[in-house]
Amino acid sequence: MQHVSSPSSQISISQTSCLQTFTENDAIDPPQQKADSPQHSYNGAKCVFRILEEQGVEVIFGYPGGAVLPLYDALRDSSIRHVLPRHEQAAVHAADAYARASGKVGVCLGTSGPGAANLVTGIANAYMDSIPLVAITGQVPTHLLGSDCFQEVDITGITMPITKHSYLVKDVKDLPRIMREAFHIARTGRPGPVLIDIPRDVQAAPLPTPENENKEVSIKSYRFFSKGNAGQIEEAAKALMKSHKPLIYAGGGIITSGAADILAQLVDTLHLPIVTTLMGIGSIPSNHTNYLGMVGMHGTVTANFAVTDCDLLLAVGVRFDDRVTSGLHHHFATNATIIHIDIDPAEIGKVIVPDIPIVGDARLVLEDLLTKVVQEAGPSNLKPKASGLEPLTSNPAPQQSRLQPPTSHLQPWWQIIRTWQQDHPLCYENPTLLNPQHVLEAMVKVGGPNTIVVTDVGQHQMWAAQLYQVQRARQFITSAGLGTMGFGLPASIGAQLACPDKTVFLVTGDGSLQMTIQELATTVQNKLPVKIILMNNGVLGMVRQLQSFFHEERFSQIQLKSNPDFVKIADAYGIKGFRVHTPEDMEPILRQALAEPGPVLMDCLISPDETVWPMVPPGKAIHEMMLGE
Amino acid sequence: MLHTLAVLVENNPGVLARVSGLFARRAYNIDSLTVCQTENPTLSLMTIVVEGDTQVIQQVIKQLHKLVVVHKVTNLTNESIVDRELALIRVKVRPETRAEILQIVDIFRGRVVDLGRQTLSVEVTGDEQKITAFIRAMKSFGIAELVRTGRIAIVRSEG
Repeated sequence: MQHVSSPSSQISISQTSCLQTFTENDAIDPPQQKADSPQHSYNGAKCVFRILEEQGVEVIFGYPGGAVLPLYDALRDSSIRHVLPRHEQAAVHAADAYARASGKVGVCLGTSGPGAANLVTGIANAYMDSIPLVAITGQVPTHLLGSDCFQEVDITGITMPITKHSYLVKDVKDLPRIMREAFHIARTGRPGPVLIDIPRDVQAAPLPTPENENKEVSIKSYRFFSKGNAGQIEEAAKALMKSHKPLIYAGGGIITSGAADILAQLVDTLHLPIVTTLMGIGSIPSNHTNYLGMVGMHGTVTANFAVTDCDLLLAVGVRFDDRVTSGLHHHFATNATIIHIDIDPAEIGKVIVPDIPIVGDARLVLEDLLTKVVQEAGPSNLKPKASGLEPLTSNPAPQQSRLQPPTSHLQPWWQIIRTWQQDHPLCYENPTLLNPQHVLEAMVKVGGPNTIVVTDVGQHQMWAAQLYQVQRARQFITSAGLGTMGFGLPASIGAQLACPDKTVFLVTGDGSLQMTIQELATTVQNKLPVKIILMNNGVLGMVRQLQSFFHEERFSQIQLKSNPDFVKIADAYGIKGFRVHTPEDMEPILRQALAEPGPVLMDCLISPDETVWPMVPPGKAIHEMMLGE
Repeated sequence: MLHTLAVLVENNPGVLARVSGLFARRAYNIDSLTVCQTENPTLSLMTIVVEGDTQVIQQVIKQLHKLVVVHKVTNLTNESIVDRELALIRVKVRPETRAEILQIVDIFRGRVVDLGRQTLSVEVTGDEQKITAFIRAMKSFGIAELVRTGRIAIVRSEG
């Protein structure tokens, strides 16, 4: 600014040098309107998209606004596909499900203030289920930070407890490093959401065109584990071989680490029974004869009995959540030696102190464990058996005849397990009316391994978890830890974009669907042929079930009396709608829906009295289940 | 039981919020927290005194390690350390109590740092018990104002 305050001695300066002075000044302190103008050269916003492309991002989900104008300008020159939902919450859920379905990092974008605040639930959802996500938010210009100006919210402060890490970018020079660090942190170790808050002036600030950049990420204070301790793994192998009643308890970590195939090898080699958590569904095919079903509050009787009765529990990629342990960890697997494998050291000993802790990536640890097990048994004794896969929907047949040394000592254990399975199959009431089991059975029939099932949250979620025949990892997508109603429809959008060749089924309820029903428009706008199976009972079924059992049927605020005609709603959005009244209609309508090229909504009318069985009541251990008639 | 943790963190805005937020969210009890710069200007040292049994402390340490801004956590509790707190106390003084107060200050190796007509300000350093004992000794004279730092600690050199 010196030239402005210069005294009259400058009067003699020629016009050209005056111009030069002004040009120099521009370089030092660029006026706002020039940097914001569309003709800008390389800047923060362009840098964001360049690094998104560098990180392999193909789709982002976002909603524009005042504080992200430079970003949306730069978007026009990017190869990245942008999907515009109707609410930021849907952007983050879609990015989350995109990550779950593809294994890649999901990316969402929102403006400052309300835009950022609308992302909060979805960020928490991703955090609870350890989903790799990068959330980018616009922020008010740096000189207005902290002044409560229009659409300002302290989003890094708000999201501190629900992100793996977060950044407020105050200097555009830090932006390339921060972008790369965010992706690195989101996808490595125990994955999770990372938030980058970028003030508008930082987006618009010029950056030198990158040359010979250092793309390496090096964060001194960030470490994660990969291989497990060899000594601990050997100890685990010995314990596993000695056990007479072993059980695998597998969770989302199997899916994150891509360990499903190695897990199946371990199961087949030692003929081990296995239960999964809700997040672990898909870590072993549902029709594998050794799979005893989901464990916990709405788990199968056999799975819960097996946990209580086993003498060794191999817990992999799980966190002993209260939906599994019933919050009574002193009554959980009390007879068992517990081996806990997890990539997050803080999960080990958080709820249950294991006998053999192993910190590491589930896949790498299981590989080493399998090698050790084969060594222990002697190579001639253990040839991986044929896979235990059975045809879909068949009842598990007793397998004792297949057992040979050294797994023959498990015969008595398997006998007990098969008796439980015969005595307590999953069953349903009222076979003449359309019920959730009919719906899911029809879905299993018409669907195949090429489907993805996305659920919302509530009774329908538990029915889907219990009954859908999931064949592979990343085939079942659900909001587990946070239990976010409204996750389903946006998540089905994300899953369909991640896997355009697959059939995406959304199983939802009339409560959940109406939390994000505006996203029907997004499916149409983006030509996403999601098949929506709406279990419509006119009530908030899960809450009703809880009130019915634990509040003596003092029902409170669970009636959804003025539900719209969902078929008409679908029609209004240009979506094909069907109403399903009877069990016989279900399968033909599903087939018709699959034949439709676009999205379809099936309004399946089920009774409000349908109940999720079994159920572990609050305060009871997991083997003390309530069973249906 | 009280544990003393030395937590080496990035010297950035918001780091204190991340650490204190973690303690609040997971319901760990902070007894005292002291932050200072280190010889490396990009790093700060937090000395945190936290209450809990072994399992809780292990969780605290593991959870702290998960914060990207945390470089190192050392549990000094079972180490051979020198630890200090500092207190500044303004105590009420009358002509007939002045001598006694000064004598006690002397016993505790405190220092008079300010003198007024009705009060006297004393600086005293030492471990927690010593500071507490000194405060107790001053109580009978009447404490006008008291400020006290949290604990800072350093590992004793070997040999």
